[in-house]
Amino acid sequence: MQRHLLRAVLPREGPNRWDLVLLPMVIASLFMVVLGAQRMAAPYAAGAPLSVSLDPAALPGYTLQTVLRMALAMAASVVFTFAYGSLAAKSERAGRILIPLLDILQSVPILGFLSITVVGFLKLFPGSLLGPEMAAVFAIFTSQAWNMAFSFYASLRVVPRDLYQASVVFGLSPWQRFWKLEVPFATPNLVWNAMMSVAGGWFFVVASEAISVEGYSINLPGIGSYIALAIAQKNAAAMAYAVAAMLLVILSTDQLLFRPLVAWAERFKVELSPGPPPPRSWLLTALRRARIGRLAAELGARLWELSSRLLAGRRSRLPGRRRRRLSARSLHVLDRWRTLILVAVAGMSIVALARFVHGEVSYSEIGQVAVYGLITALRVAVLTLLATLVWLPVGVWIGLRPRLAQRAQPVVVFLAAFPANLVFPVAVSAIIAWRLNPEVWLSPLMILGTQWYILFNVIAGAAALPGDLKEAAASLGLRHRVLWQRVLLPAVFPAYVTGGLTASGGAWNASVVAEVASWGADTLSATGIGAYIAANTAAGDHPRIALGVAVMSLYVIALNRTVWEKLYVLARQRFALE
Amino acid sequence: MTRVNTASLLELRQATKRFPAGEGGAVTVIDDVSLGVGAGEILALLGRSGCGKSTLLRMLCGLSPASSGEVRYKGRTVVGPQPGISMVFQNFALFPWLTVLQNVELGLEAQGIGREQRRKRALQAIDMIGLDGFESAFPKELSGGMRQRVGFARALVVNPDVLLMDEAFSALDVPTAETLRNDLLDLWLERQIPTRAIVMVSHNIEEALLLADRVVILDSNPGRVKEDLRVDIKHPRDRDSRPFKQLMERIYGVMTRAGVTAQVARATGIGYRLPQAHVGQMLGMLEELSLAERGGSVELAQLAAMTQMTVDDLFPILEALELLDFARVSGQLVELTRHGRSLVEADILRRKVIFGEHLLRKVPLADHVRRVLDERARQRAPKGRFLRELEDFLTEEEAERVLAVIIDWGRYAEIFAFDAGAGLFSLENPVADATPR
Repeated sequence: MQRHLLRAVLPREGPNRWDLVLLPMVIASLFMVVLGAQRMAAPYAAGAPLSVSLDPAALPGYTLQTVLRMALAMAASVVFTFAYGSLAAKSERAGRILIPLLDILQSVPILGFLSITVVGFLKLFPGSLLGPEMAAVFAIFTSQAWNMAFSFYASLRVVPRDLYQASVVFGLSPWQRFWKLEVPFATPNLVWNAMMSVAGGWFFVVASEAISVEGYSINLPGIGSYIALAIAQKNAAAMAYAVAAMLLVILSTDQLLFRPLVAWAERFKVELSPGPPPPRSWLLTALRRARIGRLAAELGARLWELSSRLLAGRRSRLPGRRRRRLSARSLHVLDRWRTLILVAVAGMSIVALARFVHGEVSYSEIGQVAVYGLITALRVAVLTLLATLVWLPVGVWIGLRPRLAQRAQPVVVFLAAFPANLVFPVAVSAIIAWRLNPEVWLSPLMILGTQWYILFNVIAGAAALPGDLKEAAASLGLRHRVLWQRVLLPAVFPAYVTGGLTASGGAWNASVVAEVASWGADTLSATGIGAYIAANTAAGDHPRIALGVAVMSLYVIALNRTVWEKLYVLARQRFALE
Repeated sequence: MTRVNTASLLELRQATKRFPAGEGGAVTVIDDVSLGVGAGEILALLGRSGCGKSTLLRMLCGLSPASSGEVRYKGRTVVGPQPGISMVFQNFALFPWLTVLQNVELGLEAQGIGREQRRKRALQAIDMIGLDGFESAFPKELSGGMRQRVGFARALVVNPDVLLMDEAFSALDVPTAETLRNDLLDLWLERQIPTRAIVMVSHNIEEALLLADRVVILDSNPGRVKEDLRVDIKHPRDRDSRPFKQLMERIYGVMTRAGVTAQVARATGIGYRLPQAHVGQMLGMLEELSLAERGGSVELAQLAAMTQMTVDDLFPILEALELLDFARVSGQLVELTRHGRSLVEADILRRKVIFGEHLLRKVPLADHVRRVLDERARQRAPKGRFLRELEDFLTEEEAERVLAVIIDWGRYAEIFAFDAGAGLFSLENPVADATPR
């Protein structure tokens, strides 16, 4: 068996020129992973200060650590996505609980997760740096996993029925069906969401490396801690190095990871008509031509055979069958019991949370926090509106020019990925120099990173406008107001809603970082719930963090339900182009 | 020629299929069907759309369990998909991310057959069906005919005992379907495939007659066996030969009885399954009839040829016309009624008036909607109200469909208006608000 495998796997000829490029890359990345992992598991006594150096020579090492955290969080997100998404889609009952839960998790501010969970992780890995490392990874995970799980779930719900039937008729096992049908079908959307997740993740990676726990702070070696120190010491040169390192990292993840992934995911698109030319990636081409790529593919195929044989046996069934077996009556009774239990659990958690918070916090402060939430809500609303007024026309203009749109898209993705917190110090200096009002002028920082989602989605929406509609509008002589009102705005509306929702959700999340910004000893603070959470996180005041996080989540959920969901329904019913 | 064995290979015994409808009720789609498929025969199931023929096929292969009665394969009850039964799908159901070869290998992979063996057998099947050279192509690179060849190769590679075909040729253009059909028939007649029986669902009478040894015609609403005909014409069959034409006419006759007339006689109550026919189609058909009509009537088969339509398209339109008393179908003859003729001769506005009068008089659901709107103070009613009523008689899906039909007809006749965004029926004329006439 062993010999047979080797004979089949080993290339019959020597390596080709593509291998010359790829081999060093593969070896170098393996080496880096090992190095980074060693540093992550270093011993650490709780409370001991970790030294971070501003020496540019240390920066590559820090960058590596940060990237590794990101990669771990991504891997965890993918596993989570597969498990959670399948469970929610396969069992109607589980879905009825899991999907609303996901909705709630999505609205919890990400940095809130960090301050609440870090203590647990410290206890889980005593005496090792793994504790805080895992806390940081978990924070990044929470910024990535929810939307990926949603996308996977949504894809599973729309797998074509005849493909499911074919998989049943031909007797695929559930394991085979998962990898041959469900995952491939979900891949294009999932890759896209993973890309958005990573873009958002850089923002939180920078924010999550400097963790404060019960009064003392842990600065994990990484680019985020480097930046935090540079800001504290007002070191502009170090800031410039950090920005350069970040640029490099984002560019290389795009080239080395996402471009190949997007180009590869092209084959999983179900649409049978030819569309625009598929994206290309030099790395994917290299992988497909190099022997090492084929070797990896062959190994993958062998693993697949093995797993398939080990997990064979059961034949899969059509989804959603089991429900019918129970009579409607017994189902009703079951449902009632489950609802009762759910309500009881939810009630108890609310009471527990209320007692935890109220032990420390008075009613008047709770009212105060609600007002803070309102102020931040106002900021988010105004900023989303402003960003819409600017980027909607620009996006339509770009989207109608296919060439320009194709070139603009990667640039916008890049802008979205660039962590906006790196430019905060510039804003702080400017506000101080010109004596501006921080209540107003700190606000734009919230939407700095997430406004690009509006632009990006609108470009995509306008680019997807069918050619015959454009021609019809032109032949009818539509121009100016009528053209925008009757054709362009309705056409991009669904895409805009997606972008707007992402942007406003991101702004809420960013408020925790953006309502308090500093440069050296100068710290500016705006009134709002973000500032409240940030201040209490720094002080390690858990009841107040819990209160702030809960109130913010409530606001986000309420806004999603009252505004965005309505817009979504409207978009789907009235403005969807079919 | 025939190798029919009296013992049934695959068999339905008093099988019934019900789907749940509103308020714990159920709609019967297949009612007490007993049917045996013998070894060595090609059996064609014919019937109008909605008669449950696809459901029947899915019951045969264990995709859709019977509500009562049983399905037996080789003497044993079928509870799930069987390794000996494979299927070809109407829209191919190919996995777009797998190459032709990988698609064909799929069933073998599920059976746990090793890689080498899998490849060998898949390549053989690909050769046999005439796909060689396309092994590494993806489905989206292939034409429709080639895609369905992949569908056949995938179904045949597992050496099935029984091959099920769900409208396997209906998504293909005429010459492509013809070629593929002949290729399949050759494989079958020359026994190049070990398959012992083929069951096909079709709405194309000619196609069924070209292939099948036996034609079973299903009645609809609920689905029952209406007629079981043996086809003893030798292959290759000549569609211009007398016996072929006679059989064709006979089947048309049976389907007319099964379809239009019997239905209309039962057309009572709001839960009637309105046929899927658009107003435009009805008007077009009436005009066609008025032009072709000499001496008062047209033969069904001739009408099908004239309009280049298949039974599936033809019958709902005729049913609608008969329902509204614009045409009459008797035996194999179709003729315009007095009202149908005056409708054809009227101008655009007058047509709407005539259509509306007949709609209110002949279709209880239309009358019901109108009455409810008249009684309400604001003359509005939500869609959900009528859907709930319909769901007492129909499945959820079917209720949606029937309501969509009545909306289409009602809008044309201007007997009520419907706002899709708000989901509201009303009596107000949306045009009247914007531009006064």
